[in-house]
Amino acid sequence: MAVKVIKKNCIGCGLCVQTCPFEALQLVEGIVEVDPDKCTNCGDCVEVCPASALELNEPPEKMSDNEVKEVEKREKIVKKIKRELEDYRGVWVFLEQFRGEIAPVSFELLGEGRKLADNLQTKLCGVLLGSGVEKLAEQALWYGADKVYLMDDPVLKDYRTETYAAGLVRLSQKYKPEIILMGATTMGRDLSGAVATELETGLTADCTELSIDESSGYLFQTRPAFGGNIMATIVCRHHRPQMATVRPRVMAMPEKDTGRTGEVVKENLGITEENVLVKVVDVIKEKKAATYLDKAEIIVAGGKGVGNKENFKILKELADLLGGTIGASRAAVEAGWIGQEYQVGQTGVTVRPKVYFAFGISGAIQHLVGMQTSDVIVAVNTAPDAPIFKVATYGIVGDLLQVVPAMTKAFKEKMGV
Amino acid sequence: MHFVVCVKQVPDSSEVRVDPETNTLIREGVPSIINPYDAHAVEEAVRLKEKYGGKVTVISMGPPQAEEVIRKSIQFGADEGILLSDRKFAGSDTLATSYVLTQGIKKLAEREPFDLIFCGKQAIDGDTAQVGPGIAARLKIPQLTYVLNIEEINVEEKTIKLHRKLEGMREVISAKLPALLTVVQDLNELRYAPLPNMIRAARYRPQVWTTENIEVEDDKIGLNGSPTAVRKIFAPPEREGGEIIPGGQENPEETARKLVERLLKEEIIADK
Ligand SMILES: Cc1cc2nc3c(=O)[nH]c(=O)nc-3n(C[C@H](O)[C@H](O)[C@H](O)COP(=O)(O)OP(=O)(O)OC[C@H]3O[C@@H](n4cnc5c(N)ncnc54)[C@H](O)[C@@H]3O)c2cc1C
Repeated sequence: MAVKVIKKNCIGCGLCVQTCPFEALQLVEGIVEVDPDKCTNCGDCVEVCPASALELNEPPEKMSDNEVKEVEKREKIVKKIKRELEDYRGVWVFLEQFRGEIAPVSFELLGEGRKLADNLQTKLCGVLLGSGVEKLAEQALWYGADKVYLMDDPVLKDYRTETYAAGLVRLSQKYKPEIILMGATTMGRDLSGAVATELETGLTADCTELSIDESSGYLFQTRPAFGGNIMATIVCRHHRPQMATVRPRVMAMPEKDTGRTGEVVKENLGITEENVLVKVVDVIKEKKAATYLDKAEIIVAGGKGVGNKENFKILKELADLLGGTIGASRAAVEAGWIGQEYQVGQTGVTVRPKVYFAFGISGAIQHLVGMQTSDVIVAVNTAPDAPIFKVATYGIVGDLLQVVPAMTKAFKEKMGV
Repeated sequence: MHFVVCVKQVPDSSEVRVDPETNTLIREGVPSIINPYDAHAVEEAVRLKEKYGGKVTVISMGPPQAEEVIRKSIQFGADEGILLSDRKFAGSDTLATSYVLTQGIKKLAEREPFDLIFCGKQAIDGDTAQVGPGIAARLKIPQLTYVLNIEEINVEEKTIKLHRKLEGMREVISAKLPALLTVVQDLNELRYAPLPNMIRAARYRPQVWTTENIEVEDDKIGLNGSPTAVRKIFAPPEREGGEIIPGGQENPEETARKLVERLLKEEIIADK
């Protein structure tokens, strides 16, 4: 007697394959297949299947003595793994710093990490690597850390994967954190992939939501997949630490409390410069305005509906008046009306301004994932059924070429400029 | 110089949807393409080959139909392609994938040692950007991500000078070869494939390597070798729709004024 597979529901996630105590399941071309000789119809797979693709044929049967023994043996193995996992305690946040300045995303993660640590009743720790950065450690405490692990070494002056990964791996092996969070920045993404491989553990990129599962205590890591068309919740069951990256401005910035104090633990890196294969020759600032897009409090964004390059001036005028920055959808960028560095969305920048004006932007999911956590969204679109209206705080169904100049005019009058 | 490029076949992501009723993937009729960043990686390897001489080998892990992305790479000018394909690889997450690719590359290197490995900066289906760093860590070679310009390769001294794209900055790096690079799209423009390449590609059959051909441990591949598992999938939550200020079509001027008044009154925009 074997479980039934409902093929059209199967998403090929493999959770059942990992769960099955009898190795009776395997994925064949992305769809689960049951080996009826091994399956005992125990129902474990049915329980874990997220897509309702497995069904019990009948109520579970009484198991033979051999089967009972087999289940017990496997349970023992799982218990042993679980015991090992218990050695891992604490939530860590990698404190990304560039030339003595901590990236804001690290503080955002301390805010999020604080919640996770409280939930798990464990400590929140910052991890700081660099050269001459000791004085930065207290900032992590201000934003919620209980403790900071510090590696201060001239070799760590410039970020290099080699040295930073070695440092973080060393700390992690020594202190065994259960969770490590990093910003999904160029540095965080570069580092996390190397560290997770060295530690042979799971890593989930670009999470938009983190929570602790009440029953298992696992970190539930939710992220968009397939270009934002789908959300997936990922778990890392039998490996520690559980590693995740989160994009800047996805989590809220916590309050700063300069009264908070904590412990700073110093550790040595133990690598000399001669042995490092990569050298940073120079760092050149790019002079483009979009550097500020991610920091803007007001963004005036235009899409395909703006119509042409010339019309972007109408948006620019409003942006200048309000002290805001221009943004764009990919369609506007692809039309050549504005540079790629202004693109908001999945393949552009993620923004979280106080106000996001979306003019002539339909609201495709790839655009929405980059701006839907804005405090207020204002949309103007000729199509009443445009998806952007579903996320907009205020909307006007109308022609932006009429509405936007009228808005600029009204603002000028009201503000007396 | 031997350039190895890792390429992936991905579903054209704009076409994948979740059925909101059943929370399952709708995947019928979704076309497959070469991961766009990988296409630029192949292009760059071919350009470097033209400049410094040598050979370009592409390697991909995937189901038999992933052959298609190898043929595409041959069109771009790659010399050879290897497909790592085995049922046992199915369900691999990024850790297991980087392991399989690394074992494939090691086997390839027995024949022809490599100087540079290329990956796209990320794949558009998973967007994880983890496989490239995973391979570099396993091979213990320098990892240089987000490469936007290769200035120079010193063939004699086996060094490379290149630019990495950081937030609002670019970093100039020099490194020892062999190294692994992940590339962004700005690196180059894809060229049209010349006719002889098209013909060669159409006829090309890549070598297929299975668990019989490369040395892999069972508990490091496929689902068993994957620490992460999908717990559930669902359609993205929708933000609460707000308020439509009426009259935008009939009286745009007046409606705009009403909106502005609201934004100021509710102090969404500060009245300076
Ligand atoms: C892998 C992948 C990644 C992507 N990444 C991104 C990304 O990062 N960012 C991004 O933006 N897109 C991205 N896209 C593209 C995305 O799917 C959409 O194609 C794009 O966002 C559409 O841009 P748009 O809204 O400007 O254009 P359209 O969808 O063409 O919408 C134009 C809108 O303007 C309205 N309009 C027309 N005239 C007027 C007028 N006079 N006044 C007012 N309204 C008017 C129309 O009603 C329409 O709603 C990605 C796609 C894929 C496949």
